[in-house]
Amino acid sequence: MMIRAMSKKTIISLVLLIILVFLSAINLDYSGLKTLSPSMGMDVLRGLAKPKWDFFYDGSGEDLLSLLLLTIGIACLGTMLATILAIPITLISSTNLWQSYPWVTKVGKFICNVLRAFPELIFALIFVKLVGPGPFAGVMAIGVHQIGMLGKLFTEEMESMDEKLIEEMQAVGANFWQIIFYVRIPYLMPIYSSLALNHFEIAVRSAATLGLVGAGGIGAPLIFAIQTRSWDKVSIILIGVVITVFILDQITGIIRKKLR
Amino acid sequence: MSLKETVHFKWYKHLFVLIFLLVCFQGSAWITEAEFSQLFQNSNQMVSFLSRFVHPDFSYLPKLFRPMMKTLQMSLLGTMIGLLFAVPVSFLATTIVTENRLISTISRFLLGLIRTIPTLLLAALLVAIFGIGEATGVLTIAVFTFGMVSQLMFQAIETIDYGPIEAASAVGANKIQIAIWSIAPQILSQFTSYAFYAFEVNVRSSTVLGYVGAGGIGVILNSSMALMNYERVSIIILTILITVAIVDKLSEQVRRSLA
Repeated sequence: MMIRAMSKKTIISLVLLIILVFLSAINLDYSGLKTLSPSMGMDVLRGLAKPKWDFFYDGSGEDLLSLLLLTIGIACLGTMLATILAIPITLISSTNLWQSYPWVTKVGKFICNVLRAFPELIFALIFVKLVGPGPFAGVMAIGVHQIGMLGKLFTEEMESMDEKLIEEMQAVGANFWQIIFYVRIPYLMPIYSSLALNHFEIAVRSAATLGLVGAGGIGAPLIFAIQTRSWDKVSIILIGVVITVFILDQITGIIRKKLR
Repeated sequence: MSLKETVHFKWYKHLFVLIFLLVCFQGSAWITEAEFSQLFQNSNQMVSFLSRFVHPDFSYLPKLFRPMMKTLQMSLLGTMIGLLFAVPVSFLATTIVTENRLISTISRFLLGLIRTIPTLLLAALLVAIFGIGEATGVLTIAVFTFGMVSQLMFQAIETIDYGPIEAASAVGANKIQIAIWSIAPQILSQFTSYAFYAFEVNVRSSTVLGYVGAGGIGVILNSSMALMNYERVSIIILTILITVAIVDKLSEQVRRSLA
């Protein structure tokens, strides 16, 4: 396993990798770093060390607390929409539901792959153009992107589920709907909820960034604060985001552990 | 699976969860002022947008080659730097290696903190500090990779077989020797797989990093979007999609051959 046991192929690929890394290191443009100066860095650090606490809550609706709530709301609604819409796609794209018509599943899987391939930010850009800037554009961007993600994961779970249970039900004479309600839903529900919760967590993180392109949430005031170099405000917003994400991580972690 | 786990038992519990979810849905819809009719109201705008969007400006394609290569180079370099830092820290984050609860708790807490900052926010912050350019993009990717891979790595280290460690310590190996000769061989293939996975994720996210000024193809995407040149936006997105798909396929193959 160690150096002596390495095959020629591994050594060649390692050397190639190192050459590639060097080439890319040489090729990149480092001129942007010239503007960096220690005094500016100290300025940033000093600003970050003094969070602007009065931004936390001032009752105007433009403070940290209400913006964080808005961000969570965007993530929550987006994930819920995605979960609801991902289920019909799962039903078309699972091979074990369409054993006699395998081409149907190709369509469903193709839809998922296309939706998944776009970065969320690009969906946000498109929806900002379509429905105008605001939290609703963020909801749609997250929702549409997550349909692809959740659709793929849901399909995988559906395909890997224990077919013996279904055979048993068929053997005792259950019809299609009885199988759905007595076997498939109870079997898949905890797994699907766990996946949806996990994606809610991811959605909160991306909802915090979508504001950069005008899709609502905490991102917009953050980018303004960064551009105007008011580091004290940046600091309080970052603290708020980190704490929110951390708390939600813990809560969803506990619920997911219970679901398993 | 027993009969007790089917839908009909404990239905009141399911009802409660359902009501809770409905309240969440309504609450979020109220907070975000979501109106689904808006989607249909603006349908004429959607049509004009989409009609330009489905006609990509293919003559622009040759000019996209260089920024795309830059994006790939940024992700490669960033991934490598991130991995270099991730390895020692992931060893520090497990009690198996350090045998010291304090060090591992602190390292884990720091890793958790780094991972909570979304990539794009990190990029925006670093751009403000280090200036606009590709170097900032590399730095962002490095920090992101560091957070992600060290998390995956210390989870991998925790599941290893303890036999080789005991054997090595029985013959008097010190901690670094144990790390290199007993632990590293066990997690090497997992590590390679994570490295490729990280590269895959990084290519995906580095395409949009340029949006906040961190170099790569996102810079052109941003300017074309601002100029409302949707034919160009469309070809840029298409290029990103194809590149991401190719990288995905390659890394999936490598990871499958490792497993």
